[in-house]
Amino acid sequence: MTETFTSHAEAHSPQSPIAHFDASQPLAMSAGVMLAPFSIAYQTYGRLNADKSNAILLCHALTGDQHVASVHPITGKPGWWSALVGPGKPIDTDKYFIICSNVLGGCMGTTGPASLNPATGKPYGLDLPVVTIADMVRAQAMLVQRLGIETLFCVAGGSMGGMQALQWAALFPDRVFSVMIIAAAARHSAQNIAFHEVGRQAVMADPDWRGGRYLEEGVRPAKGLAVARMAAHITYLSEEALQRKFGRKLQNRTEKTFSFDADFQVENYLRHQGSTFVDRFDANSYLYVTRACDYFDLAQDYGGSLAAAFMNSPTRFCVVSFTSDWLYTTAESRVIVHALNAAAASVSFVEIETDKGHDAFLLDETDFIATTRGFLAGAARARGLDT
Amino acid sequence: MNAKPATRIDLLLVASMVETGARVLDVGCGDGELLRLLADTRGVDARGMEISQKGVNDCVAKGLSVVQGDADIDLADYPTDGFDYVILSQTLQATRNPRHVLEQMLRIGKRAIVSFPNFGHWRIRWQIAARGRMPVTSNLTYAWYETPNIHFCSIQDFVSLAEMVEARIVRAMALDREGAQMRFDGPWWVWNLLGEQAMFLLERKRA
Repeated sequence: MTETFTSHAEAHSPQSPIAHFDASQPLAMSAGVMLAPFSIAYQTYGRLNADKSNAILLCHALTGDQHVASVHPITGKPGWWSALVGPGKPIDTDKYFIICSNVLGGCMGTTGPASLNPATGKPYGLDLPVVTIADMVRAQAMLVQRLGIETLFCVAGGSMGGMQALQWAALFPDRVFSVMIIAAAARHSAQNIAFHEVGRQAVMADPDWRGGRYLEEGVRPAKGLAVARMAAHITYLSEEALQRKFGRKLQNRTEKTFSFDADFQVENYLRHQGSTFVDRFDANSYLYVTRACDYFDLAQDYGGSLAAAFMNSPTRFCVVSFTSDWLYTTAESRVIVHALNAAAASVSFVEIETDKGHDAFLLDETDFIATTRGFLAGAARARGLDT
Repeated sequence: MNAKPATRIDLLLVASMVETGARVLDVGCGDGELLRLLADTRGVDARGMEISQKGVNDCVAKGLSVVQGDADIDLADYPTDGFDYVILSQTLQATRNPRHVLEQMLRIGKRAIVSFPNFGHWRIRWQIAARGRMPVTSNLTYAWYETPNIHFCSIQDFVSLAEMVEARIVRAMALDREGAQMRFDGPWWVWNLLGEQAMFLLERKRA
């Protein structure tokens, strides 16, 4: 087995704390199997208070990781939610104890397809059971328990992280005081499944994918994964934002070259997005996390009624959508809000005006910052955290 | 969509009708002034619905539980008896279907509090009678062609509507221009003539 790739190294020995769960603490997966042993890599920021009431769990999106507010060990870039998380920021590390763990099926230290299968001594590849959002959440709940926290002050996340936050509220209403569901949905739409399938097929069409056994053979399906990322990246932006940023501008040239070189800036940008992604992400992991989103349909688990998932919920909810997000639209957020209203749950719903598309949730959007700050402050008052 | 930003006195009066710790839904909560008042002074579990996204964002930034919604459509989502009080402050006249809204309020809440500008007030009657023009007063500042207020009613009209939707009037108050309670007694027609605004506390008649 070769250890050529940095992303692979992080999968085995992450540069963050790691919690191991042995055979005595298996994870009951949606696929109907028990997973044991398994590990969860995580980061924490700030301090847990004496009565352990100030813990916030942040759930990362599809290709995010536990390094929410610290430098990424592979790319050297700031944490993916540095805009919101830090001292004095809306998710204030001076005030709250922040936990962020790599999701089950991920490739940054939590058990995923790149991890070693104890049964074979080789990477799981596709032998890892298909992971669901609920599996990710149950694993996080075990980590939170391991950290000695009974009730989380808040669970927050955007995109796939928002799905996890929603799933948390449904599975563990008494263990989560408030949740923020940002740019997410209660179920994956046909269009979203379709985009994910394009990405997966791009990975699997790469001859270096080797039926998912590329790690053992010392290769990797970089081209396929890069194409998957390029296609997905378009869905994270908006037409306006692309037009504003790139228009039809040419890349370091004055004339079109009458070739298939990256003449346009937008092509160059996407190629860059694709090639940097493959350095930090495992291709099989991409198959697993996209599948988890596709399988997500919370209402289905509650007899088709989303409201039934939240009946008598004591949790305070905040749902946020962005006007130009066409991947997880405001209409999808409204479905969640309607269900929460039907359950007479405490809910705030804000739609943020922006042309930055789905990725707006990662950015320093003034109204979004104000919403997050206000919602957490209100919840902190209700929780008696301000004293 | 308020006729005019409701005055402080008006809101204090609403707040005084709500018991401590009650669960309240404020429909058309604007910038959240009443919600804040209820939460701060009455320890109320206060939620809001507001049609303008700007109003909603401002409320949530203040830590209030508010959703964007349209009273005419979105009240239907809420469960029966989900709240102790449902409040409609200076918003009834801006709804498309006031009867439906009132019925929904009485279904969702054990009690409903409704305040509205009284179109039966003598000054308004005078403007129509003497000038033959749609009235514009310091409380109702919009010209007819730009007003969001599409369903004005008088106190007597509202009393009939309450009867129609089988609501019992628990309390009624006539308010002056500033929203202070006017203390007088008399039949509805007197109230209708003298009250610039009105506030009603209603509940469902027992079946």
